[in-house]
Amino acid sequence: MSYLIGDAMTGGYGGADILHDCTIAVEKGEIAVIVGPNGAGKSTAMKAVFGMLDMHKGQVRLDGADITNMSPQDRVKAGMGFVPQNNNVFTSMTVQENLEMGAYIRLEDFSDTMEQVFDLFPILKEKRKQPASELSGGQRQQVAVGRALMTQPKVLMLDEPTAGVSPIVMDELFDRIIEVAKTGIAILMVEQNARQALNIADKGYVLVQGRNRFTDTGAALLANPEVRKSFLGG
Amino acid sequence: MTDILNAIVLFANFVFVPGLAYGSQLALGALGVTLIFSILRFANFAHGDTMAFGTMCTILVTWWFQSMGISFGFLPTALLALPFGIFLTILYVLGTDRMIYRFYRKKKSANIILMMASVGVMFVTNGIVRLIIGPEDQRFADGERFVIRAREFKEMTGLAEGLAIRTTQVITVVVTIMVVAALFWFLQKSRTGKAMRAYSDNEDLALLSGINPDKVVMVAWIIAATLATIAGTLYGLDKSFKPFVYFQLLLPIFAAAIVGGIGNPLGAIAGGFVIAFSEVTITYVYKKFLAYLGPDGWAPDGLVQLLSTDYKFAVSFVILVLVLLWRPTGIFKGKVL
Repeated sequence: MSYLIGDAMTGGYGGADILHDCTIAVEKGEIAVIVGPNGAGKSTAMKAVFGMLDMHKGQVRLDGADITNMSPQDRVKAGMGFVPQNNNVFTSMTVQENLEMGAYIRLEDFSDTMEQVFDLFPILKEKRKQPASELSGGQRQQVAVGRALMTQPKVLMLDEPTAGVSPIVMDELFDRIIEVAKTGIAILMVEQNARQALNIADKGYVLVQGRNRFTDTGAALLANPEVRKSFLGG
Repeated sequence: MTDILNAIVLFANFVFVPGLAYGSQLALGALGVTLIFSILRFANFAHGDTMAFGTMCTILVTWWFQSMGISFGFLPTALLALPFGIFLTILYVLGTDRMIYRFYRKKKSANIILMMASVGVMFVTNGIVRLIIGPEDQRFADGERFVIRAREFKEMTGLAEGLAIRTTQVITVVVTIMVVAALFWFLQKSRTGKAMRAYSDNEDLALLSGINPDKVVMVAWIIAATLATIAGTLYGLDKSFKPFVYFQLLLPIFAAAIVGGIGNPLGAIAGGFVIAFSEVTITYVYKKFLAYLGPDGWAPDGLVQLLSTDYKFAVSFVILVLVLLWRPTGIFKGKVL
């Protein structure tokens, strides 16, 4: 029984189905990565788990409870954090205000959570008074992840967190994500950089045309000659 | 030397002081337009008539107070009535949102549809105001009229020109400073204000952060109604209240909001003063002013008025067109309409 599971999901954005019987699951403290070619439905699968998709078959369960019909906002309150791929920070607001907005639903004092985020991403503490629009791409991603962490989620969902950042920044972001997972948070991530992502993944899902093609541990997928040949460039 | 001082006093009396008061009134109006634009994402054409509605409510309560013999000393009674006017206007505006705008919002209609709906609200509001208070001019300023009278100023300084400062002008500037300070504090520091900025910045991410859109929209309307009533009442005190004039104010107010950069509160204030001072300086008769600065006994033959006051709305219109052509984001980089 997985902590979060999107079970046999079928559905799309109103038109033709994009996902067909697709299953994605993640355990507490683990990193699950969804990889696959362009148009495979990676982001769609993630959005389905977060309730941003019309699903007419399948179920999403969080900690055993059926949340299939819950709105994305309610899923945030239920302990799911989501970092969209684009427009994932409030550009006109300072780093600190971005984090405060992440904690909007928490009425209690959240300064300790903010300190934890600053410990995780020290550069954000330095730039806390700067508008997010003045940050580099990698720093913005840190703000975006930090914002999602402010609700103290039990599951963190990241849609291509390393899109458009340099390889060095990517490695650094992955290191941070591993640290987050070690605190017991379940991490579900869509990634373009399949090889590096599978390297840190406990579990990998290779999707093709909205269907599960390969599902295994990250290491096993990296070792699988068929996966290597078709999806990792040999 | 006295000639130069006289010229300065003349300029202050007829351009600077009136422009400052008018600019403050436009700034408050433009703040309301900009706020609705950044939260509800449409240009609210009903704002001028919301100002008329709010002023009407304030005037009715003022009359009621006056009939009971309540006054505010040397200050206008309307200031006492203002909170009641604001309250009634908030109810009216929330009513229009509940009855009209909410329907289109839930349908996720295009912004242009919401804007056209606001034109309808504008006409209806306009009708309601004329039906209740009538289309005529109303003067409702009471209390002390002047802080400094022209005659007193002349006696004090010994200059030929006098500087008159009306109580309503001082009230306008003081109230505007207080309102703007409160608004900026609210937007920058309070939890709800930050949520409004977040919602304006990135609606989807605001929803993901658990910000309640209904609450943000409601607070935006409450603030817009408050600003409209204050701006309208200050304008009415300073000049007079005539429903049709308030409808016409829509143009300079929109010009102010767009010149400053729509969606940007700081821009709305800057825009208000830019429009007000452009209007006043371009329609001012410079004959006497130049006569003071020129050689003794000399005076220009004509009036040296760039544009007749009848054309004052042309000034805001021209500025509006120029800004839209060359810098559509406005002075402070707002959004593009």
